[in-house]
Amino acid sequence: MFGYYVDMALRSLKRSPVLTALMVLAIGLGIGASMTMITVLHVMTSDPLPGRSAMLFTPHLDPLPLDHKHRDDGPDPTDNLTWPDAMALLSAHRAKLQAAMAGGSLLLRPARADLRPFTVSGRYGTAELFALFGIPFEHGQGWSSGDDASRARVIVLGKTLDRKLFGSASGIGQTVRLGDSDFRVIGVTADWRPQPMFYADLSAQSFGDTDQFFLPLSAAVDLKLQINGNQSSWSKNDSGEPMTDAEMTWLQFWVQLDSAAQVQAYHQFLMDYSAQQKVLGRFQRPATEAKLYSLMGWLEHKNLVPTDVRLQLWLALGFLVVCIVNIVALLLAKFLRRSGEISVRRALGARRRDIFLQLGIESATVGVAGGVLGLLIAELGLWSVRRRPDDYAQFAQMDMSMLLGTLALAVVASVLAGLLPAWRACRVQPALQLKTL
Amino acid sequence: MQIQPVLAALRRHRLATLLIAMEIALACAVLCNACFLVVQRWKLIQTNSGVDESSLAVLTVNGFEPNQVTDLNARMLNGLRALPGMQSVSLINQVPFGPQVGAAGISLDQGSFTNTIGVVDFVLAGPGTFQALGLKLVEGSLPSADDYLLATNLAPPDARVLVSRALADHAWPGQSPLGKEFWCDKLHFRVIGVVDHLARAHPHDWGAQSVEWTVFTPAQPGGSLAGTYLLRASPDELPRVLRAARDAVPKIAPDVVLDQENSQTIDDLRTDYFKSDRIMIDLLIGVIVTMLGVTALGIVGLASFWVQQRRRQIGIRRAIGATRGDILRYFQTENFLIVTFGIVLGMALAYALNLLLMTHYELPRLPLYYLPIGALVLWGLGQLAVLGPALRAAAVPPVVATRSV
Repeated sequence: MFGYYVDMALRSLKRSPVLTALMVLAIGLGIGASMTMITVLHVMTSDPLPGRSAMLFTPHLDPLPLDHKHRDDGPDPTDNLTWPDAMALLSAHRAKLQAAMAGGSLLLRPARADLRPFTVSGRYGTAELFALFGIPFEHGQGWSSGDDASRARVIVLGKTLDRKLFGSASGIGQTVRLGDSDFRVIGVTADWRPQPMFYADLSAQSFGDTDQFFLPLSAAVDLKLQINGNQSSWSKNDSGEPMTDAEMTWLQFWVQLDSAAQVQAYHQFLMDYSAQQKVLGRFQRPATEAKLYSLMGWLEHKNLVPTDVRLQLWLALGFLVVCIVNIVALLLAKFLRRSGEISVRRALGARRRDIFLQLGIESATVGVAGGVLGLLIAELGLWSVRRRPDDYAQFAQMDMSMLLGTLALAVVASVLAGLLPAWRACRVQPALQLKTL
Repeated sequence: MQIQPVLAALRRHRLATLLIAMEIALACAVLCNACFLVVQRWKLIQTNSGVDESSLAVLTVNGFEPNQVTDLNARMLNGLRALPGMQSVSLINQVPFGPQVGAAGISLDQGSFTNTIGVVDFVLAGPGTFQALGLKLVEGSLPSADDYLLATNLAPPDARVLVSRALADHAWPGQSPLGKEFWCDKLHFRVIGVVDHLARAHPHDWGAQSVEWTVFTPAQPGGSLAGTYLLRASPDELPRVLRAARDAVPKIAPDVVLDQENSQTIDDLRTDYFKSDRIMIDLLIGVIVTMLGVTALGIVGLASFWVQQRRRQIGIRRAIGATRGDILRYFQTENFLIVTFGIVLGMALAYALNLLLMTHYELPRLPLYYLPIGALVLWGLGQLAVLGPALRAAAVPPVVATRSV
């Protein structure tokens, strides 16, 4: 019966090609526009580190004085940690793995004469950073905690930067001049580009080029290297050493916790630490201000989706609704026009349910055609999104789940649109119609 | 034209009528708000920077040490001034639509966070920069030669400055700003003049009210005023002059690195800065046009169906004396009634949508004149869409009445 209904649907659609084309076009446009924006949103809120993200957490403390007034338009100072707090959490070593980090952009002066100096951005971190995030190495390895302690001038390069500086031979053992200091290359990482860059200061950068180098945080502090991201200070007097100052937040901190019990224990540890600091007079706010965010929870808290993208999503969905209302009207016209045909079928013994099914399949057929068109329009839309200047734009790609989602949405939308017209059509009185035939 | 028979006929097609009216209502709501958004963005793009954009370019270098700045500035100024076609070269820390360098909060008294004025941009400028920018002084006087003091961070510790008129109106409403003082942490400022317009580096990021909250701060070359140079040339020569200047940097100062991205004409910086707003405008217009198109197609589809359904009735009416014009007007009136119903619904919807947008997107209230304009557009669209089917209806010959099918 299903095959027969599909055949009937195709015949009926072929009979009025203009109306069919109108409906397919309407649903295609609506679905295409909506799926473009849903895909953009999907990319922006996707898991940056599948498999590892569930184990990663970021602790947050509130070292601000009670009278500190936070301006709404500026970044939140408690997003980051101060140097003393980060070092205390690091040395307490309560999590399986933990690392403090900060981003930086430095001027690189290549040894090769054919390369002009250029700026590269990378990350300053502590030794467990690589194990914590599971950053894969192509050659060599990261540095040890001994290197952290001795403020060793060592560096791990990203694959792209390594190729650029040293060609096909890996640069291990060579030196790289960053800023005004030489660093010895001890490792080269393979491609590793989580998007969004969850571990960076998200108010400064969230999507885009990933780190091209990693070097010990202690060396960066020692050399007073430039820091990317927000540095919030509430210090009354200038200590001259802002990076290690207890009243400036600038460090990101991530830990690995494997079980709910460990998460619970670590959160308790953070509150105990805050309470202890409060007793010591450093913190003024209650210990319950200490928070532990999961990776996805942190991204949600930071709300990386720009308002423009949200607005565009609502616009696209509004457009889809207009398209669906339009299709309801057109299907109604189409189905009621066939009252005669439906009445004949009813007179020959078809139940209302059969008519309903037949018309439902016809709507679904329009939906499938509209979905295919919508897919093409969505690809076109994503192509235009990728040409936008925004940092998230280049990652707007459709994946398998979005592809199937598009078709499903199209079919669901058109079947829903067909419900009302089909219900009306199967309530037609056969006797009345048959008389006029 | 009697309306009653049309209404009676519509009552027999309540569902279809309601659907078309709903489509019109949705289209009306989205149309009004989308047009409003377009106009808002368009105003944003038209932001008056207050400077002679078409004759100005900026050139930025980095990779130098603090102890080299005096030497670097001297070499760059002399080297660049020697280029043919260059009208002037002067020092500045930031230009409108370029990177934001000197934004900080200011207050009316020292060290207080209660009497704050707001976050402003400090435009640090060397001698000649005022003239090069083409700023207009509306009150007070220009800085004298001894007002150009050395700044080691944001601004000189005790500076005599010019503020934009917008900032003056905000900080000292109803008073003359001349001689007024303000503070930025420990830095002290005294206002000696007011400029007509001067936009901040990122006018978009700080809200519509504070687009021009700028403090024009004279500063001596050196200290923190180094590495960014304002070039002025006649508009048609500017691209060539800028290219020559970029090429000349390695010869003038071999050790520094040219910042490619931030060495552009102000026009180009402006285009880049507003790129996403332009895209948003294009997108909104695209949605408006497609939606109107889809709505029109829906009307065409349904009207054609009704015409076909009523062929016999039309034939009968023609046979008993109705003219072609009567039939045409019948369908036009019918469409007018449905669209009017939709518009009434749509206006309420447009207003609700605007309220929603206001709470989530800091959008101002929809001006009321958008509603009649939206209504006119939709009436026009409806009449245009129904014209084809109505003409076809008018062409139905009276003889149809005598046939059985």
